[in-house]
Amino acid sequence: MSPGKVGSIMKADVAVVGAGPAGLAAAVAAAEAGALVAVVDAGAQPGGQFWRHRPETVVPEPDGSGHHGWRSYVDLRARFDAARRRGQIIYLPGLQVWMPEKNDAGFTLHTTPAVARARSEDAATNDPAGSGAGNGPAGSGTVVARRLVLCPGGYDRQLPVPGWELPGVMAAGGIQAFLKGNGTLPGRRFVVAGTGPFLLPVAAGIAEAGGQVLAVLESSSPAAWLPHLRAAAGVPEKALEGAEYAAVFARHRIPYRTRSIVTEILGQDRASGVRTAKVDADGRVRPGTEGVYDDVDVVGFGWGFTPQMELPVALGADTRLDADGSLVGIVDERQESSIPGLFLAGEVTGVGGASLAVIEGLTAGAAAARERAADKADASRATRHRRFAEAMHHAHPVPAAWQEWLTPDTTVCRCEEVTASQITEARDTLGARDSRSLKSFTRAGMGWCQGRVCGFAAGCLAAGQRVSASAQSLSDAAKRPLGAPVSIGELASLETDS
Amino acid sequence: MSTQAQGAAETPGGPTVELTLRFDGRPLKAAPGQSVGGALAAHGITAWRSTRKGARPRGLFCGIGVCFDCLVTVDGAANQRACLVEVRDGMQIDGSYPQAEGDRQ
Ligand SMILES: Cc1cc2nc3c(=O)[nH]c(=O)nc-3n(C[C@H](O)[C@H](O)[C@H](O)COP(=O)(O)OP(=O)(O)OC[C@H]3O[C@@H](n4cnc5c(N)ncnc54)[C@H](O)[C@@H]3O)c2cc1C
Ligand code: FES
Repeated sequence: MSPGKVGSIMKADVAVVGAGPAGLAAAVAAAEAGALVAVVDAGAQPGGQFWRHRPETVVPEPDGSGHHGWRSYVDLRARFDAARRRGQIIYLPGLQVWMPEKNDAGFTLHTTPAVARARSEDAATNDPAGSGAGNGPAGSGTVVARRLVLCPGGYDRQLPVPGWELPGVMAAGGIQAFLKGNGTLPGRRFVVAGTGPFLLPVAAGIAEAGGQVLAVLESSSPAAWLPHLRAAAGVPEKALEGAEYAAVFARHRIPYRTRSIVTEILGQDRASGVRTAKVDADGRVRPGTEGVYDDVDVVGFGWGFTPQMELPVALGADTRLDADGSLVGIVDERQESSIPGLFLAGEVTGVGGASLAVIEGLTAGAAAARERAADKADASRATRHRRFAEAMHHAHPVPAAWQEWLTPDTTVCRCEEVTASQITEARDTLGARDSRSLKSFTRAGMGWCQGRVCGFAAGCLAAGQRVSASAQSLSDAAKRPLGAPVSIGELASLETDS
Repeated sequence: MSTQAQGAAETPGGPTVELTLRFDGRPLKAAPGQSVGGALAAHGITAWRSTRKGARPRGLFCGIGVCFDCLVTVDGAANQRACLVEVRDGMQIDGSYPQAEGDRQ
């Protein structure tokens, strides 16, 4: 598309969605293999979630403090910028794909601006390649490519708990994103809770930025890693990272409480404290272990991550349930999905962290640019990372008994304000046993976020006590008519575009 | 720090610049590069959206544009995600949750 024009079409050999670890790697690999690549990313500058940094307009040369794998980012970014200068990567930031289509030409992506543009920005600018800004602040437009690599990443998985809808309660990753993007903290006194190694960098980041972490509450226990030590040893850099966090925890005296959960968030119009308890291996509260933290500004929750599956699901790619209960795309050793020409990389093929996302991106990008087998060394590194991820999922499961933490009036769907009792009633009296029937009976998952936040929990609640949501139910939940809210004009333009 | 917007991290190699926003009609200092949500939070404002059914307060939740809890009107454009929009000098921000006096620091 000529930059800045609304409703224009741009053609490429390979389209990449996402400019996080997987998308950057895929774009670089495809461009270096000779393809013309279009990169569409909802973010305003490259980095995705893991390498999110302050706007380059304000901090032009970030030093990578507070980041891991920054060297890998700097390398990919230099190659990305070089390919842009050669005209081989066309970078389209600030655009969200709201509908992908498969057709004779390959794939068509319909996009919409992630953020409404200021009137003063309407004149198209063409920033030099290498700046964080892209090839013009494009209006909504269409990208057509023979092959497509989807690297849309994921977001924090959530479990509802009484009071979690109060302001001051945030996704753990959201706190991290706030810090990385703004360079400041969203409050002063924090409690971080949920499960998984990702709670560690969140708490360490808060403490290093000057916030007070009253406690990190981890529902699992370190003993849960014991059966998986071989897998963990396969990725020694993770142990190193863990040791760094342990040092930060010691320096800031952050209490790390295992087999512990937040049972309720206290406060009227904003979070002011939390009730906590110890739990057994299944996540059942152990009576007599209840405690309270007062004077809390921000409570961060993370129960692993949910991959953003709407684009792969919309294109009909085959999916499966991963070890963590997430719906993920099925790919072969070249990262190709069940749809020929559609490649998937990063969190959408299984939550496994940024290093794995980069390896998968490199493989997918090279394969999408030309028929090529996966690199053997990359393949074996990917295998080690996947074993580690699987061990992590087994050691940090969503506690089997989490539904017992809910009270009847706990909000489950935050958008439509649907409570736990409304959902269990629809399940028990109307037979709503999957996310699709739940939507029609209770409106859970029908609001602004289209079930992204409550989809996993609502799916589990519909399935019944101590049962996880089925692949079918999660796949139905990921079938969103639109990948993002769009204007009527953009909908109408479909008729002429395709 | 007293004259400078709270949370205005110093830009390396340059003086800290200040911007002024209008939030619900009142002036509010911000720093370049902050998100709207970041600027509001720096002033201790944690809620600006009111839910449709229960008229309950909401602010930042996912922090990355996924949950839509942080919706706000920016320069007349409704339903913008405060976690994604970057502040600009003179930006008009309007929430749908009434701010109580004394909520600000
Ligand atoms: C909020 C958050 C914070 C995190 N912080 C850390 C951390 O500090 N440490 C750590 O080890 N791990 C962290 N993680 C996990 C880590 O982000 C992932 O392991 C890693 O980023 C995965 O890389 P990816 O390329 O698959 O996806 P991402 O990095 O998530 O990149 C995906 C990109 O695709 C874009 N995108 C998605 N959908 C669309 C669409 N429809 N149209 C256009 N663009 C789209 C997104 O805007 C994003 O830029 C975090 C995750 C989240 C959600
Ligand atoms: S905080 Fe979730 S969309 Fe802004």
